[in-house]
Amino acid sequence: MKQLLVALFAGALFGAGLAFSGMADPARVQGFLDLFGPWDPTLAFVMGGAMIPMALAWLVQRRIDRPFADAHFSLPGTSLIDRKLVIGAVLFGTGWGISGLCPGPGLADLAINPLPALAFVIALLAGMIVHRVTS
Amino acid sequence: MLTAFPHAMPLQGLIGGLMIGVAAALMLLGLGRIAGVSGLAARATGIADSGAPRAMAAAFVIGLPLGALLLSALIGGVETRFPPSVIPLLVGGLLVGYGTRLGSGCTSGHGVCGMSRLSPRSLVATAIFMASGFVTVALMRAGGLL
Repeated sequence: MKQLLVALFAGALFGAGLAFSGMADPARVQGFLDLFGPWDPTLAFVMGGAMIPMALAWLVQRRIDRPFADAHFSLPGTSLIDRKLVIGAVLFGTGWGISGLCPGPGLADLAINPLPALAFVIALLAGMIVHRVTS
Repeated sequence: MLTAFPHAMPLQGLIGGLMIGVAAALMLLGLGRIAGVSGLAARATGIADSGAPRAMAAAFVIGLPLGALLLSALIGGVETRFPPSVIPLLVGGLLVGYGTRLGSGCTSGHGVCGMSRLSPRSLVATAIFMASGFVTVALMRAGGLL
């Protein structure tokens, strides 16, 4: 129960941060990717802002044995750079540019602008299912 | 407001970014996990078999729209300018869904969590999806799609 509340609160704070920062606005995200148009650097400030608490969190993580609401850390490896990583990132970036959306804002926007967000999220899940059945 | 970039929202961006970072830090230090939205969404829907417990992933994923809604109500609305046609949403969504599963992460997992960890894998992934996004939008602009 405690774990679910932590996850729910973290998700809500994450979603609120996306909405406040302008990242729930696909045109603003696309504006950051639009180097040859009226470039909008806001996304760089968001990334920079998010890095600060997370960099501190990684420093703390190295000094503690276990997280405060779970038995152990379950973290992915950091070194594997393979074909899948590269091709996946190329395809993701292409879809991100086309729509101005990545998974977080797509899900957050379900509550703000439900119809177009739902179209994106359905396609997002369909893409994930295609990956699952073909790999 | 930055004079050179009249549309920029540096302060809101920074504050919103701090909120995102604190949320991700809470997932890491509280639950021992990466706040990677693509992975948690795949897990919550049952598309992925491994990862966070399904209920935990679902709680995070449900929190995203709830938090956005609360914030929007609090500040009197949030701008969301979607593409005018459904085609880019569907094509973009398919590519984002497939690509984030193949590449094991998106802007949150590789971008926010992985880069701050100085993970070589995430630094490479983030550099590539950023570059890919820049090229895609440049091509859209050249083709008159923006």
